[in-house]
Amino acid sequence: MTAAPPVTPAAAAAGPLALCDGVSRQFGEFTAVSEVSLAVRAGEIVGLLGANGAGKTTLIRMLLGLLPASAGKVLLFGAPPSRGTRRRIGYLPQGLGLYDDLTPEQNMEFSAAVFGTKRAELPASLRPYAGTPVGSLPLGLQRRVAFAQALSHRPDLLILDEPTSGVDPLGRARLWDTIAGAAAAGAGVLVTTHYMEEAWECTRLVIMADGRVVAQGTAPEIVGTAQVTVVATPAWADAFRALEEARMPVALAGRALRVPGAEPAEVQRVLTAAGGAAGQQARVSAAPATLEERFFQLAQPGSETEATG
Amino acid sequence: MTGRPVGPVTSPGTRADAGDWGTDEISVLYQGRLALDKITLRAVAGQLTAVVGGDGAGKTTLLRCLAGVLAPGSGHVRRPSARQIGYLSAGSGTYPDLTVQENLDFRASAYGLSSAQAREQSGDLLGRAGLDAARDRLAGQLSGGMRQKLGVIAAMLTSPRLLVLDEPTTGVDPVSRSGLWWLIARAAADGCAVVLATTYLDEAERAAAVLALDDGRELAAGTPDQIIAAVPGTLRSVAGRPPGSDEQRAWRRGGRWRVWDPPQSASGAGQPIQPDLQDAVTVAALARELRLAGSLR
Repeated sequence: MTAAPPVTPAAAAAGPLALCDGVSRQFGEFTAVSEVSLAVRAGEIVGLLGANGAGKTTLIRMLLGLLPASAGKVLLFGAPPSRGTRRRIGYLPQGLGLYDDLTPEQNMEFSAAVFGTKRAELPASLRPYAGTPVGSLPLGLQRRVAFAQALSHRPDLLILDEPTSGVDPLGRARLWDTIAGAAAAGAGVLVTTHYMEEAWECTRLVIMADGRVVAQGTAPEIVGTAQVTVVATPAWADAFRALEEARMPVALAGRALRVPGAEPAEVQRVLTAAGGAAGQQARVSAAPATLEERFFQLAQPGSETEATG
Repeated sequence: MTGRPVGPVTSPGTRADAGDWGTDEISVLYQGRLALDKITLRAVAGQLTAVVGGDGAGKTTLLRCLAGVLAPGSGHVRRPSARQIGYLSAGSGTYPDLTVQENLDFRASAYGLSSAQAREQSGDLLGRAGLDAARDRLAGQLSGGMRQKLGVIAAMLTSPRLLVLDEPTTGVDPVSRSGLWWLIARAAADGCAVVLATTYLDEAERAAAVLALDDGRELAAGTPDQIIAAVPGTLRSVAGRPPGSDEQRAWRRGGRWRVWDPPQSASGAGQPIQPDLQDAVTVAALARELRLAGSLR
């Protein structure tokens, strides 16, 4: 990774690279995306989070110009999506978008020809595999080739769809270093992930549920003061059964249980009523929610809209 | 490494050591390279064991050996009889052309359960997993998360003593993942020994025992607390990419950088931090990489 120059104030002030303003998309009667507004500026990493079916992919397809919006405005670099804007985007799809029968070198060459740019060099760590068909490389290497390809035409906007799925922690840290390097060099990044740990790498998060934005802000802003109830007990299996019979959303964490969306008093009452080991030895307390637990609350149908910023 | 099980080695199918399954130093040679190198794993009744590692680490090979789908080249596997094992292979293990209910009925009949029994067993699980309304949908038309939940329910259907789940949560969104975790906890609460492969360290942190693999080798093993306590040297957190020789022992996390200082080395600037499981596994991977490159003894 070469050191990247910091984002100049001029670039940051030039307006958002990607802008959705009240964007909706219908498929027949079905509303996949409903009145979504978001912006990605130079130097920013925006994390787009949502359950499957929340509308993330439809939104990305509109940003790429593959799908027109039914209502609202999509602007890329200040203009509607077009072939011209597509040139300035680096897109990493979930399926990686590489040709299995071509080598990493040939994939890069093809990509350069499509974008009409000079072919970029493979990163040094990938050069030993330059002549091997991509299909016979391990998935981890394929992912790095796809990254190199998405970045090869020095895009101003990166759109990454679950870029680190299946990668070990050290490999993931290195991919995030690449993403952060691109942002520090002035690119804007829109990234989806199902892994909440990675959300902390983002400058800002946008959480979608049922086609709408249900929260926006930094990870600490979104977690806010949300709390969950924690049950510490040697008889976790008894406590688990008692709480599940009471239809509480109980989760196992080591030998403790976490119950989002239920007050400690309520949980204590259920455990006491259950009697036996479940009731006697349990210590029930409140603890700060994790981002994943907060996300779970926000993603429930009928969750209040609470955009924070 | 602490936590190695010592105990009678029994052949598959025996119940001499009922409720305590696992592998003892198994190795697997695949296409001329060691896919697994003397791997020991313990699966205990009523307990969840997580196998972590990236693509190609050996998770699937280990789970296939444990489930009896693959025979290791050497070492021993202790497992209950095939009927008492629930195995979910990577990529869901359901039949896309059958409906949700047909998948469960088929599984039940293969195991000699009547479909009435199967429906009684699966009814509550389907309801709690949010699949009740999808009973008549083709499995191939379900979302990834729903299909994985169906796969786990199918594996749990026959009340196995050992449940082996290969990456049930990879690529699954957090809402479906919480449903999957509910099913997994439920199986452990019912006394089943559960072994699950995952690439997510925050999930592994919920398990009673963890085995981290890298390139077919054991990277770390024990309870999450034991693995964290076994981290050699110290960790510090710095705001930006550290300069000089620190860089090769550093990685990015949560918008900042972690630097690992091996034992007996001078620590540089930064805030000392207590590692968590993700840090511990990252340090183990980094140390292995540095040793292989000859820059760490």
